[in-house]
Amino acid sequence: MPADRPSQILPPAGREEHLFAVALLFPCFAFVGLFAFYPILSSVYLSLHRIILGLPGLAQPFVLFDNYRQLLGDPVARHALGNTLLFVFVTTACEMVLGLVIALVINRSFRGRGMVRAAVLIPWAIPTVVASQMWRFLANDHYGFLNYLLFGSDLPAYRAWLADPFWAMLMIMAADIWKTSAFAALIILAGLQTIPDELHEAARLDGASAWQRFWRITLPLIRPAILIALLFRTMDAFRVFDLVFVMTQGGPADGTNVLQFYGYKKMFAEGLMGYGAAVSVLVFAVVLAVSLLYLKFIGRDILKEGSR
Amino acid sequence: MRGLHRLGFLLLVLAILAASLFPFLWFVLTSLKTQVEVTAIPPRLVPSGSLAFYRAALQEYNLLHFMKNSVIVAGFSTLGTLFLSLFAGYALARLRIRHKPLIMGSLLLVSMFPQISIAGPVWRILDQLGWLNTYQGLIVPYITLTLPLGVWIMTGFFRELPRELEDAARVDGCSHLQTLFKIIVPLAAPGVFTAAILVFIYAWNEFFFALLIMTQQPYQTLPVGIALFQGQYTIPWGEIAAASTMATVPLVLLVLLFQRRIVRGLSAGAIKG
Repeated sequence: MPADRPSQILPPAGREEHLFAVALLFPCFAFVGLFAFYPILSSVYLSLHRIILGLPGLAQPFVLFDNYRQLLGDPVARHALGNTLLFVFVTTACEMVLGLVIALVINRSFRGRGMVRAAVLIPWAIPTVVASQMWRFLANDHYGFLNYLLFGSDLPAYRAWLADPFWAMLMIMAADIWKTSAFAALIILAGLQTIPDELHEAARLDGASAWQRFWRITLPLIRPAILIALLFRTMDAFRVFDLVFVMTQGGPADGTNVLQFYGYKKMFAEGLMGYGAAVSVLVFAVVLAVSLLYLKFIGRDILKEGSR
Repeated sequence: MRGLHRLGFLLLVLAILAASLFPFLWFVLTSLKTQVEVTAIPPRLVPSGSLAFYRAALQEYNLLHFMKNSVIVAGFSTLGTLFLSLFAGYALARLRIRHKPLIMGSLLLVSMFPQISIAGPVWRILDQLGWLNTYQGLIVPYITLTLPLGVWIMTGFFRELPRELEDAARVDGCSHLQTLFKIIVPLAAPGVFTAAILVFIYAWNEFFFALLIMTQQPYQTLPVGIALFQGQYTIPWGEIAAASTMATVPLVLLVLLFQRRIVRGLSAGAIKG
């Protein structure tokens, strides 16, 4: 788009324009600096101290890497890390596939498409806490619809899904996939809409089948959209908290404990601010590593937009 | 073959519709049942249309109170974020600044932070300010967390606006500030509106920080209220379903009315070119 080219008529940016730009950006970065960047650094600082909420008399001694050493030997933390990675992998994979299918469907023109698009958006718009309660109820051992659907009136067969680590994790994943596939679909849809119709038309005239057109035209052209959706979904999946808090509280037997929930419990339920901060630094490091890995592959696609 | 194809497509659309709508619909139906119907095994599919759970949610569980808090917090967060992103977005789209990729990139980074990695220090700052269990204590973090989204949408929006009007105003001798307020702000309404919907939905739904910061019931927002709903002996499913339905209705209305804007807003900046 030509809109961002420097103006042809005006003189080059002067001092005044720079000052104006700084004034416009300053308030925004004051917020972000104070409540996002400073806290990250502060988390690192806190993680090197022993800080216990509610026991201010204990002072807050500097303990260097004690918290991290403890973290390395903490089986629950290791378990939570594993659960988180599993959750991120399974949900993002499913969401990308479902998102692609949904996007392909709502990109076609048919009667009632607007309604279908709105319907698909509803799970995305529902508060996660509400979605969590909904899925918790669907999975209820007595009154849940899932049991009814699978076993009808065969009451002895009814299962307490959320009381079993494997099934509880699966239910949380299902709830997440249900709620956020639409987001991936919308990002991919935006990519689909940039493909000119003529391209498919021409390929069709040349005798390409629908299958060939999908693999040779559609998929390569929406690659950037798919990668961006993947990036956003991955980062968001690392934040999973609401579903776990409402549906299982991390149980049974830490079967659904994830890093964000574990860190929350350490810090705010047990008051171990320093140790919790070490957990949160670990989460940040994992997320940063993953996002740098992504950016290495797709960074150009994303930042191109911001830098023009 | 062609007919078969269309049938397949129709079935796919129906499957997507059913999967998207059924779980929530089931909760809505639950909210309209009586206690006996909720605990019926096998479940009763059609409710008797009782409003008892709504009455209980409103009266015994103080739902209006949570709703008021949510309106205040989400409302002011949206106003604050939009005010700031309007200006920042304009600067990033139009003014000649160095390090633009760095600025955009750092905002993107903020939107990717896992909340837990800033939770402790944010809590401590708010504690020192005496802002725990206050509205501003939640509004300020929400503004911070929604700024990337707001700025990203506004920047994308301004980029697509033709720049002739501003150039003309500048040539006519308007200062930067005058151009901004006389030309840009009036033109920005559609972009602001799109961003407002998305930021509002985020703030209305946010749970993690609300849980940390609002530990006392008088200040808790709807998600916290609904997550902590507790009966004396059993889980009050009917009341939870009724409260959930009421908390979700405003969002469903937003989606139905502004589906196009939401679709465009979410993909703004993410994909172009």
